[in-house]
Amino acid sequence: MNLWKRLICTCRRRSPWLFHMNSGSCNGCDIELVAALSPRYDAEQLGVRLEGSPRHADIVCVTGPVTRNAVAAIKTVYGQVCHPKAVVAIGSCPATTNVFIDSRTLAGPLDKHIPVDVFVPGCPPRPDAIIQGVAKAAEILAEREMKPAETELPPTVEEARP
Amino acid sequence: MSYKIPMGPYHPGLEEPYKLEMICEGETVQDAKLHIGFNFRGIERLAETRNYIQVIALMERVCGICSNIHTLTLCQAMEQLTGLEPPPRAKYIRVAMAELERLHSHVLWAGIASKLMGFKTMFMTCFALREKVMDVLQAISGNRVNYAMNRIGGVNRDIEDPQALVPMVDELEREMMRTIIPIFTTSATARSRCAGIGILTHEKAVSCGVVGPTARASGVAQDLRRAAPYAAYAEMEFETPVEQAGDVRARLFVRALEIMESCRILRQALSKMPPGEIDAGEAKLVFTSGTATSRVEAPRGEVMYSVSWKENSRNPSRVHVRTPTYANMPAIRWMVRGARLADTPLIQASIDPCYSCTDR
Ligand code: SF4
Repeated sequence: MNLWKRLICTCRRRSPWLFHMNSGSCNGCDIELVAALSPRYDAEQLGVRLEGSPRHADIVCVTGPVTRNAVAAIKTVYGQVCHPKAVVAIGSCPATTNVFIDSRTLAGPLDKHIPVDVFVPGCPPRPDAIIQGVAKAAEILAEREMKPAETELPPTVEEARP
Repeated sequence: MSYKIPMGPYHPGLEEPYKLEMICEGETVQDAKLHIGFNFRGIERLAETRNYIQVIALMERVCGICSNIHTLTLCQAMEQLTGLEPPPRAKYIRVAMAELERLHSHVLWAGIASKLMGFKTMFMTCFALREKVMDVLQAISGNRVNYAMNRIGGVNRDIEDPQALVPMVDELEREMMRTIIPIFTTSATARSRCAGIGILTHEKAVSCGVVGPTARASGVAQDLRRAAPYAAYAEMEFETPVEQAGDVRARLFVRALEIMESCRILRQALSKMPPGEIDAGEAKLVFTSGTATSRVEAPRGEVMYSVSWKENSRNPSRVHVRTPTYANMPAIRWMVRGARLADTPLIQASIDPCYSCTDR
């Protein structure tokens, strides 16, 4: 690895910006994510920042069991995040659809729709666990190639329809 | 010429996914349309396939902010169907949990509102304070969000030494008095962003049927804790803060005063807690056929559950939920009419919306 590449890796690892996406969660995981950024847990010490636009973000944090209505929006937003990117699934909901399993209005779990790098289990996970998950995703992100692999290309509009 | 501004479903200012279409003329909002349904998980239908133990865990996850209130209401309705009566100590624990939840919900709201005002320091202060409330909740239940405290005929965990929690509550109250309340009530920033915007008149509030702090800020003095006391609220002493102005500042005031009242109720509940059992101790539950309804005052307003059961069945045949945001949502339209576009996020947030409850 040459020096330039190593520098880029370090930069990426040290300042991951998050985009938070709620795919029909109960708000439990969302407030824990916000709590992780609050003074007591202080995720900002890792350079983590919550960002408003997917185009500025490196890591997408998805909460919730992925409702049918949200699938198309999730795929669109995932496609809007610039490469390289990582996805963290927060809570048991995106991993398994949790207590809502068998519901007909759900299209989860999340990895059916977009590739997931880190799962943070728990209902909801504690803020410390969320920070750990994000830190892990930042490491994965640092190692990512600049160009997307063929399989990671954003879905077309046709595929994005539920 | 008027034009439409679409917002959402994923928007930096909004925690939850919903779509808002604003029809504007210049800077002034003429009308707003709200589209929800992104959180629709079909919980009411799912509840019919779960038995009486599972349904409690399922309903707890309707909303992560007021999770305790949902199980409390459901358990009260199921207690009517089984004829069980929770012992007095369980009722006091329920009151303590409900008030702690109101505290953390109001402080969370204060944080989000100040973020929308552009008052980031206040946001961090609120969240730092909220962690103190979470400490108390965690000391009681062991969890931070889904407390799993209620069961049919009682509660799951005892508060072993309620007196030991009183200093924590005192400390909380002192902190609130020192930071949040004075900043929200006297700070010029808060006043200039909140006073006179998003006005909901008394007549409109009555005709829209708004509930909770939104109604109380428009001069509608309704509070289920007084009007139809449940759990041990009949034995508590507290005031219901009411404001007449109906603007965002009045809603802020009502919530700030409610925080103080919550501390007061909490202290009473902890110090007067009677000794005894914490659940009715019934091993086998027998449900009678019929429908039971239960109403409680959640942090955002009135929550109603209506539970139907058939005899000898393990599953409910219908669980219907009515959440406070469902009642408060239509009022947004009247509040944003004539407001400036930049004020609309704060106006929407002022009813403390929770769309995951509303969609279910
Ligand atoms: S994992 Fe639990 S807390 Fe998180 S969104 Fe799902 S139900 Fe809510």
